[in-house]
Amino acid sequence: MPLSAQETEIKNPPVSKPPLDPHLKALENEAIHIFREVAAEFEKPVMLYSIGKDSSVLLHLARKAFYPGRVPFPLLHVDTTWKFKEMIEFRDEIAEKYDLDLVVHTNPRGKAEGITPFTHGSAFYTDIMKTEALKQALDAGGYDAAFGGARRDEEASRAKERIYSFRTPDHKWDPRNQRPELWNVYNGMIKKGESVRAFPLSNWTEVDIWRYIQAEDIPLVPLYYAAERPYVERDGMMILAEDPRLQLLPGETVQHGSIRFRTLGCFPLTGAIRSTASNLEEVIAELEIATVSERQGRAIDRDQSGSMEKKKREGYF
Amino acid sequence: MTATAASSSATILPFAEPAARSGRDARPLRLITCGSVDDGKSTLIGRLLWDTKAVKEDQAATLARDSGQQNDLGLPDFALLLDGLQAEREQGITIDVAYRYFATDRRSFIVADTPGHEQYTRNMATGASTADLAILLADARAGLLEQTRRHATIAALMGIRQFVLAVNKFDLVNYDKAIFDQISHDFRELALSLGVRQVTAIPMSALKGENVVYASEGAMPWYQGPTLIEALELATTRSTQTGGFRLPVQRVARPGESFRGYQGTVAGGAIKPGDSVAILPSGTIANVKQIVTFDLVRNAAVAGDAITLVLDRQVDVARGDMIVSIDGPPMTGTGFDAQIVALQPGGIEPGKRYWLKSGSRRQRVTVEPVSQLELSSGKWQPHASTLAMNAIGKVHLAFEEQAIFDTYEQNRATGAFILIDPDTLNTVAGGMITAKRADLGGIHLEGQRVLLSLPADLAEQIMASELFAARRNEVEIRRLSGKQATDLLSDTGEND
Repeated sequence: MPLSAQETEIKNPPVSKPPLDPHLKALENEAIHIFREVAAEFEKPVMLYSIGKDSSVLLHLARKAFYPGRVPFPLLHVDTTWKFKEMIEFRDEIAEKYDLDLVVHTNPRGKAEGITPFTHGSAFYTDIMKTEALKQALDAGGYDAAFGGARRDEEASRAKERIYSFRTPDHKWDPRNQRPELWNVYNGMIKKGESVRAFPLSNWTEVDIWRYIQAEDIPLVPLYYAAERPYVERDGMMILAEDPRLQLLPGETVQHGSIRFRTLGCFPLTGAIRSTASNLEEVIAELEIATVSERQGRAIDRDQSGSMEKKKREGYF
Repeated sequence: MTATAASSSATILPFAEPAARSGRDARPLRLITCGSVDDGKSTLIGRLLWDTKAVKEDQAATLARDSGQQNDLGLPDFALLLDGLQAEREQGITIDVAYRYFATDRRSFIVADTPGHEQYTRNMATGASTADLAILLADARAGLLEQTRRHATIAALMGIRQFVLAVNKFDLVNYDKAIFDQISHDFRELALSLGVRQVTAIPMSALKGENVVYASEGAMPWYQGPTLIEALELATTRSTQTGGFRLPVQRVARPGESFRGYQGTVAGGAIKPGDSVAILPSGTIANVKQIVTFDLVRNAAVAGDAITLVLDRQVDVARGDMIVSIDGPPMTGTGFDAQIVALQPGGIEPGKRYWLKSGSRRQRVTVEPVSQLELSSGKWQPHASTLAMNAIGKVHLAFEEQAIFDTYEQNRATGAFILIDPDTLNTVAGGMITAKRADLGGIHLEGQRVLLSLPADLAEQIMASELFAARRNEVEIRRLSGKQATDLLSDTGEND
């Protein structure tokens, strides 16, 4: 006699951690399935690791998917050199702690041509230091599949993207001609030079991410929690003022206040929010009544309407 | 799923527990919206997102900026919220499926907004493949259009057994009850002809927000049924697949010499340590030793769980194999019947060798079309040539090696497949298994059969033999108690 789900729950022995609720369990199962399928079907997968909360969840799921083995692919971090200091420290700690293969790549043009988010504008800077850098790293590694932590609820063009997002040899995405993706039967067949971006978190929302972090006790970069920090107000954003490369413009002063970040990217392009939520419970409580979306603090999304789609078509994640 | 008998009442709903449940106590309900081009589909989803507060202020600001003008209710153009691609905004139509997420206090929802244009039917099939429920829109002024019928047919074919008919733009027909009764009657007839008995019809105005999330205020005193969101909250998620245990093996984990685990997502039934399983297609028998997950060694796993299974003996198991319960195994063979939807411009050609992927198993297959569904009449017409894009056909599948399936009706996970073109490597069809075909030179139903009643341990030894494995698909096995076996054999003797 097959057991019903209910009987199974009762027969499970008590564990230190309460079982996941069915909603998160379903999302977790789906993500693990995708991880295993990509790892089995592709020759050389890699996981894009951006150190943020979504990447942290992604990594946790990868560890679960391949347990008791180790994660069978490297993590790739595209370092623009403009990340928050605490992010880099966290990255190195995690790689050490979980015995991960970490590949870090920076576009040499950044240093050679002195490209910074202050001098070249966010659009050009992002194109060179993120999109072009990513393509360089993927080509250099010969990776045929790259996991990313993108979610469909983040942005309108992502809502359209498949879980296996097919890319041409020059990394382009053709949103008008995507492969049909039925059930959970994924087509992993590609020709030489082509690749797939795989998104195990496609169906997760921001609240799901936070509730999962809480349920699974996943470590995060401390910048997600509120603390007294120095900041500068610029273009309607609060920019963290701790990096000596941030130069004050006329009229700007360093202020102090209790702030935190809802997303983490390059510090000059990521705005903080005022908050006193200094732990997970408080962050979730704040989130549930939030009236603005998480990407509101991201300058690169606002360059122009449809700018994420444009960047994605050119190879951005 | 509750098999409520059809009646003439306005709504037929599954039973729901009256107790207030937190929104996270259930899996998210997956739904699709479909309908013809101007039925107001994107407006409806926009309204759902807006009234459930899933649209945040900065997104609304972007929306207001992009739409340039507001409608006469002071609301932004909801369609722009959904049509996320530039080509869609420019042409004012939906090209591809968009997935959206919203929640109420009771449960969370994943909605696939599918294109209305006929040329994008394949994208509608993509959205329907994972959905628990379909919302079909009809313009109250126009009634049921051919495209509505087409979408209802495809949704039913893909296994969706709960429909909500949204009779939209109802303000434009002066909230006339007779019009609602007529359209919902027509629709119920259509749904019944497709085998769908759970139908809820709701008169609404998505633009004004009437009967979507909030009940209409006084405009339709004669309507006592649920709002759309209430109907969605009461809907059932596709029940856990019943029947025998199924584990399509995704990968074999061998982190060290001592450990060998088979990783995959349970596609049906349940399993616990000690259970006997067969590995298909070889037919080898083994027992489950452990169910391993990151969190703990579990003492049971059910459909949907992503697990690592450890067996009690060294057996040959590879990716693409399926580990199944000995009781009620799936069908194995080289010939199957299926229904397919052709998804690409080249169509599906008879005799061409495609790749077929089902679960984790990929193998070569040739397809022989038999008939094609005429969507206007709902009738199957003989059709043996190429199935053109968007065509729905009944086909014979011929495999070069053993294939393993359940019918789609019995198990959506092990009865579904995609076809991949060997040249372009694109996905060219989605398909659903309907039956197994007798193997060429395989089962001889007329031939002599022998019924044996053996001790279980002896039977297992025999079943583990190569001779047995080679002819596994000619054998039927039932596990019985000693008493049942005695009764069965004595019955057989008498009836002879």
